[in-house]
Amino acid sequence: MAILVDNNTRLIIQGFTGHEGSFHGSQIIEYGTKVVGGVTPGKGGQTHRNIPVFNTVSEAKMATDANTSVIFVPPAFAADAIMEAIAAELDLVICITEGIPTKDMVSVNQFLKNKKTRLIGPNCPGVISPGKAKVGIMPGFIHNPGNIGIISRSGTLTYEAVHQISLNGMGQSTSIGIGGDPINGTNFVDALSLFAKDDETEGVVLIGEIGGTAEEDAAQWVIDNNFTKPIVAFIAGRTAPPGRRMGHAGAIIAGGKGTAQDKMAALKATNITVVDNPADIGITMKKLIN
Amino acid sequence: MKIHEYQGKAILREYGVAVPDGFPAFTVDEAVKVYNKLNSKVAIVKAQIHAGGRGKGGGVKLAHSRDEVERLANELLGMTLVTHQTGPGGKEVQRLLIEQGIDIDRELYAGIVLDRESRKYAFMVSTEGGMEIEKVAAETPEKIIKEWIDPSIGLQSYQLRNLVFGLGLKGTQVKNGIKILNALWKVFVEKDCSLIEINPLVVTKDDNVIALDSKINFDDNGLFRHKELLDLRDTTEEDPAEVEAGKHQLNYIKLDGNVGCMVNGAGLAMATMDIIKLYGGEPANFLDVGGVANAETVANGFKIILSDPNVKTILINIFGGIVRCDRVAQGVINAMETVAVKIPVIVRLEGTNAKEAADLLNNSTLDFLVAHSFEEAAQKSVKAAKEAK
Repeated sequence: MAILVDNNTRLIIQGFTGHEGSFHGSQIIEYGTKVVGGVTPGKGGQTHRNIPVFNTVSEAKMATDANTSVIFVPPAFAADAIMEAIAAELDLVICITEGIPTKDMVSVNQFLKNKKTRLIGPNCPGVISPGKAKVGIMPGFIHNPGNIGIISRSGTLTYEAVHQISLNGMGQSTSIGIGGDPINGTNFVDALSLFAKDDETEGVVLIGEIGGTAEEDAAQWVIDNNFTKPIVAFIAGRTAPPGRRMGHAGAIIAGGKGTAQDKMAALKATNITVVDNPADIGITMKKLIN
Repeated sequence: MKIHEYQGKAILREYGVAVPDGFPAFTVDEAVKVYNKLNSKVAIVKAQIHAGGRGKGGGVKLAHSRDEVERLANELLGMTLVTHQTGPGGKEVQRLLIEQGIDIDRELYAGIVLDRESRKYAFMVSTEGGMEIEKVAAETPEKIIKEWIDPSIGLQSYQLRNLVFGLGLKGTQVKNGIKILNALWKVFVEKDCSLIEINPLVVTKDDNVIALDSKINFDDNGLFRHKELLDLRDTTEEDPAEVEAGKHQLNYIKLDGNVGCMVNGAGLAMATMDIIKLYGGEPANFLDVGGVANAETVANGFKIILSDPNVKTILINIFGGIVRCDRVAQGVINAMETVAVKIPVIVRLEGTNAKEAADLLNNSTLDFLVAHSFEEAAQKSVKAAKEAK
């Protein structure tokens, strides 16, 4: 079944004609994802990579029956691009852009309330359901179709986990990068509730990091909802100094809160298997599944 | 981005926040001139560093005369100020703020931060001013009053009333309190701040409400909208290697260990630090070289890591996605030829074209230790660092 993106995905790319949009857009098309249009204001009517370009998201949706958008728009204009896609009532919006001001994302989050759209990201690698659709910047070839769901706040560390899952003879149902910003659209809890309903997903890898309480919330959710599929979790940043932003805008221990130790303790208090060693993610999942 | 107290107060003043009269001084002479300019016999001489706890650390002094200001300026300028936030090494005081003394009746606290849980901003006030707010939050959380703000709706008058009446302000203090809190929010939202903290916010004997201290941090992602703020950055307050890394778009944070790390991606970079520690080593740094690990970025990465004399070995951990590993390997080889690296370099390249990359490294005349897995890379690095001692 997979979640979020699959063979029914009809994708538009916002910022399609820009440098990032062009490059990654081509890779997305090459993977076999159904890309039905691009949006670049002022370039409507043109075609790019043999795909029609529209001035607005609503125009693109009307013409192509798109249900999903991926955003490669620079930080200064990204919040507006997200809101445009939400207003056009797309089912799913995945924002790759890194560096959006926090204030803009707080407003986007309020705008998102009571709307039908789900937002993934920003500052994320995107979502892939191997063999079905890739909507993001991840290398497609490291993925294999399979039964493990992956949810992660990171980019390359997600690829590492995917690689380990594949090396251990398993595959991925869907891999979701929820992003490294302090304010994002979809969190661990949202993604877990989607995987709970997905018959194809037999186990979940959860990759968290310092900052915020998304991991603690996930632990509580697993208890409250009696989630029984095996979960392997790794939390990055046990050696990170407090008060420093570790690359991601959201990866910071502030006022003693958001430490890896606290998150690991919260996860360990459930039936979640927490690995200390990031190289053990794949092998641990294999043991749990068998 | 952090700024100094005196810079923060200049912004607050612009927005109508009441702050004590005062000016910065970089030399003893300037300090005396500022004192002469102030219409106040009592003055406060405050060390300006990017860290809290300055008062306790001996960086804030009371002066009653011109001579005393001169003596204190002499004492503070150039001193190494150690506070609970500077670390044991402390920070050298290069700037002072000379301010008029204020007749304080009550010390309060006011702060605005992002509340990640509610996805809104939280405006917090407390009657427990002058104390560490983290301590108040832990010990007497009921003494912190909060209002949550959605920036698209803004701070409402009822919220301001909740805050000032919660602080127990009375009479004309109420009006003064509302004015100052409203102005703080305006600064926060218009300047894309990530934190404003006024500790203490004081009520004077004549019912004024004044920001006696100022801590303002800006959201780095919002700085493109505020070119005027860029001049306020004081790079002498930052680690020189971190400043240098920033010039090359590298994300570097210096740590205390001896295993240097060069990684693509922030999450993998943290995980690499963690696994080094797990195998008994100590990471020397966090370094995310980003998506483009070419010869130039790798060479810059080497230079920055090697600027730390503690580093005994370097671990390069790259997960090549769209960036092909053989390109990265060639980049590493080219960088090693331009930068003299005299310590062991352990390379682990995984992902696209990883095998071709390993061949390139193995066939080069340079001395690499090639690792074939994440744990092998960590083990080899820790071993190399221990043997180097």
